Amino acid sequence: MTTTTSFDHEAASSPTMPVVQLDDVGKSYGNVQALRGVSLSVRQGEITCVLGDNGAGKSTLIKIIAGLHEHSDGVLTVNGEERQFKSPRESLDSGIATVYQDLALAPLMSVWRNFFLGNELTGRFGTLDATRMKRIATEELTKMGISIPNLEQPVGMLSGGQRQCIAIARAIHFGAKVLILDEPTAALGVKQSGVVLKYIVKARDAGLGVVFITHNPHHAYLVGNHFVVLKLGRVALDTHRADITLEQLTNEMAGGSELEALSHELRDIDAGAVVRPADRPAQIQSPLEST
Amino acid sequence: MASTLATPDSVDDRVSTRSVGVRLLSRPEIGSLVGAAVILLFFAATAAPFRDINNVGTILYGAALIGVMAVPVSLLMIGGEFDLSAGVAVTTAGLTAGIFAYQFSVNVWLGMVVSLVVALAVGAFNGWLLMRTGLPSFLVTLGTFFILQGLNIAVTRLTSGAVASNSVGDMDGFSSAHAVFASQFKLGGITVKIIIVWWIVFVAVAAWFLLRTKVGNWIFAVGGDAAAARAVGVPVKKVKIGLFMTVGFFAWFTGMHLLFAQNGVVQSGEGVGKEFLYIIAAVVGGCLLTGGYGSVVGAAVGALIFGMVQLGVVYAGWNPDWFKAFLGVMLLLATIVNLVVKKKAEAR
Repeated sequence: MTTTTSFDHEAASSPTMPVVQLDDVGKSYGNVQALRGVSLSVRQGEITCVLGDNGAGKSTLIKIIAGLHEHSDGVLTVNGEERQFKSPRESLDSGIATVYQDLALAPLMSVWRNFFLGNELTGRFGTLDATRMKRIATEELTKMGISIPNLEQPVGMLSGGQRQCIAIARAIHFGAKVLILDEPTAALGVKQSGVVLKYIVKARDAGLGVVFITHNPHHAYLVGNHFVVLKLGRVALDTHRADITLEQLTNEMAGGSELEALSHELRDIDAGAVVRPADRPAQIQSPLEST
Repeated sequence: MASTLATPDSVDDRVSTRSVGVRLLSRPEIGSLVGAAVILLFFAATAAPFRDINNVGTILYGAALIGVMAVPVSLLMIGGEFDLSAGVAVTTAGLTAGIFAYQFSVNVWLGMVVSLVVALAVGAFNGWLLMRTGLPSFLVTLGTFFILQGLNIAVTRLTSGAVASNSVGDMDGFSSAHAVFASQFKLGGITVKIIIVWWIVFVAVAAWFLLRTKVGNWIFAVGGDAAAARAVGVPVKKVKIGLFMTVGFFAWFTGMHLLFAQNGVVQSGEGVGKEFLYIIAAVVGGCLLTGGYGSVVGAAVGALIFGMVQLGVVYAGWNPDWFKAFLGVMLLLATIVNLVVKKKAEAR
């Protein structure tokens, strides 16, 4: 925790104003405090990585910014204005687009219908302008370097990487100023993750403020400008890229001292050993009992 | 991931263009069309009166009675829900109009307006309760089904002392309402009941609405993945409540036909079990029970299958006792054909 620097201090000196700012934001579900005193700034043209283990509060954090949940404490500021989002629509209307872990695409609907879902183009008498929508979808996807030969194809038939890219391209097309990505690489292979990371950088280059939520410090370090590590609903680390190395980040992510203890425990294990079936003990003992 | 890494203007060569035939086969309603053709040929071959042009009107009438309600039920199913109270809601609508007009001695049209409000309210209640509680639509509408079934009989007996409502056949506005909802006309030797015309109009409008409007797109989305739809700003609750209210509107319409086709009398026990016929028509027509996929035109074909089987059994001279069993077999076959055709088309 030695590398922690104040984010608010930077915010004041940075040339760009933060688009989205969280001040001491908290969220409790009944007696469970999922998020406590979280402060965070998102600036345009920067990638802010939010890291944390399962249950650290990452999802709660983005759900507040995306308007799926209302925060119960603290202040959420968007473009210098204090906000409390009651629906995803309100969040979208203030320029925040979220690409969810579960993709937010309807699997049985075609690519172009998904691309324009919630933002349909209509002609006379409220008719859908299908030709124009298909053309724009093709253009936008091509711009991102995604080639989908048949836009009538149901989205469910595409690969996970392709679906992520459609969701990102859609967010960029509809004029998002802030793009929130919820574990976009979690379910993907190495190559597909690379493709998605490339689009994250493209989104940043397009001037968007990107919030990249992940539990993979390696992916985060490849693209991130700022790193915020959440632990048990609190900010455990908040630092700039220049002030941290990948090793430190990984260490912090894994719980620092906890990882050290774990490596100490695992030291006696012969990692290189190959056990033949005959040598195998009849029963697997709990490691707690054996110590 | 070659496709996503490909340079922008190169064409992905892994996907060959699909022929028109295959693309046609991947439409949701194709299975029901094949089933309808098989049943048509079967009865045309085995039952002589089935081929008689004069009976076309009768068959279409049987289909329309189910088909009008299959329109909103299929929309609702594409939206991911279903409504078990749809059958008795029709009776409730008919009874409300009849009883209100009779008890207050007012113009029948006024009774119809009250009935419309009640029918829409029942739909809105179903939708609201579903959204409010998050219970499955099976439970919520099963509750409404029993409530309405009980109210139908209880209120009718309370007001008329019998199981049928008092006739409004001689009251003001009956003849004009009859002309709108239950009249008939001759068209080249075929007696066409007006509800058949309404049915065709409703199917056309609903099919256009579903495929070519913004809200139609939302219906697919809320049925396919409600969370995803909500996340991109689709008003999921409004769409679903709207769908239940659409069922309410059509229940009102069918109820009005019932009232005016039977001389202003509605039997209070009617409608029980009809909800399954609507659902079956929608499923045969290619609607997925889980939502997100289906077609209004398919549901109309499903209703047509029902009409053909219903009268085909009679025309073939078989004992009508067999009708239900035969219907069940036909419906299963149509559904399986539907499934097989869809799988084949997808595999290509």
